[in-house]
Amino acid sequence: MGAVAFWVLAVAAVACAVTVFVVDSMARATFALLASFLFGAGEIILLGLDYLGVVIVVMMIMEMVIMAVFMVMYMMNPAGLMPMSMVHNQRGSLLTAGTVFASLAAGIFLVPWPARGPHRPADPTFDLGKSLMGPHMLTMMLLGVTLFATMVVTVVLASQQGRYDRLGDDLKGKAR
Amino acid sequence: MSLEVFLLLAAALFSVGVYGALSQQSIVMLMMGLELMLNGITVAAAAFWYFIGPGAPSDQVVVVVAVVAMAVEMAVGFAVTTAIFRARDVDMTDMAADLKE
Repeated sequence: MGAVAFWVLAVAAVACAVTVFVVDSMARATFALLASFLFGAGEIILLGLDYLGVVIVVMMIMEMVIMAVFMVMYMMNPAGLMPMSMVHNQRGSLLTAGTVFASLAAGIFLVPWPARGPHRPADPTFDLGKSLMGPHMLTMMLLGVTLFATMVVTVVLASQQGRYDRLGDDLKGKAR
Repeated sequence: MSLEVFLLLAAALFSVGVYGALSQQSIVMLMMGLELMLNGITVAAAAFWYFIGPGAPSDQVVVVVAVVAMAVEMAVGFAVTTAIFRARDVDMTDMAADLKE
């Protein structure tokens, strides 16, 4: 049962990932990416990490809906009515991607992975929370600061004018 | 189910992401490639947690970090796209090559 679920989810995840770069419409590409993330989250739930899987599902649905809005803003081929090809250096990219996959696959099968018996904690979510608030507190604090810095950076980048535009280089000009 | 097949899935997702990030001209499509690469990393970290170190929660923390990286990447990516679109009417990487030479 688990193996069947794994293969179904895995094939679907990779197929949707490929679809992202095949379809003509960027809106369809967004939802293909969302599907790929959902199947990937299914694999994570299959591994017993329910909480993280559901977090990824919830986050990706929100993220892709926001992304769809940006797609509508910036895309050049709204409904996929015309064949669209917006690629550069496709041969080189394919070659690089193939090389990356081949070397990763070689590594996966050549490395002697340590075989540790299945000793699963009763509640992995509790484990995660305890470690984020304990030994991994530094990670959590860094993530918090990073997210805060991201909020500031995005507002600064996306705002139409900075204070130097409005008030001049010495910041003493009249507000425009 | 074994560690190898899970890692193979992660490698496939990562490689598709590499292709997208390298080949797409639209900045938004390029970001989709980056997100796919991070998707592969979350699957790999979850597989490592399950098969190698289920007792230790560090692999779960890697998943959390990757998820945060996705959120940050998307937010900053869209902010940069908005900024460059506003400044120069550009939404393709090839048009934003002023500093190339």
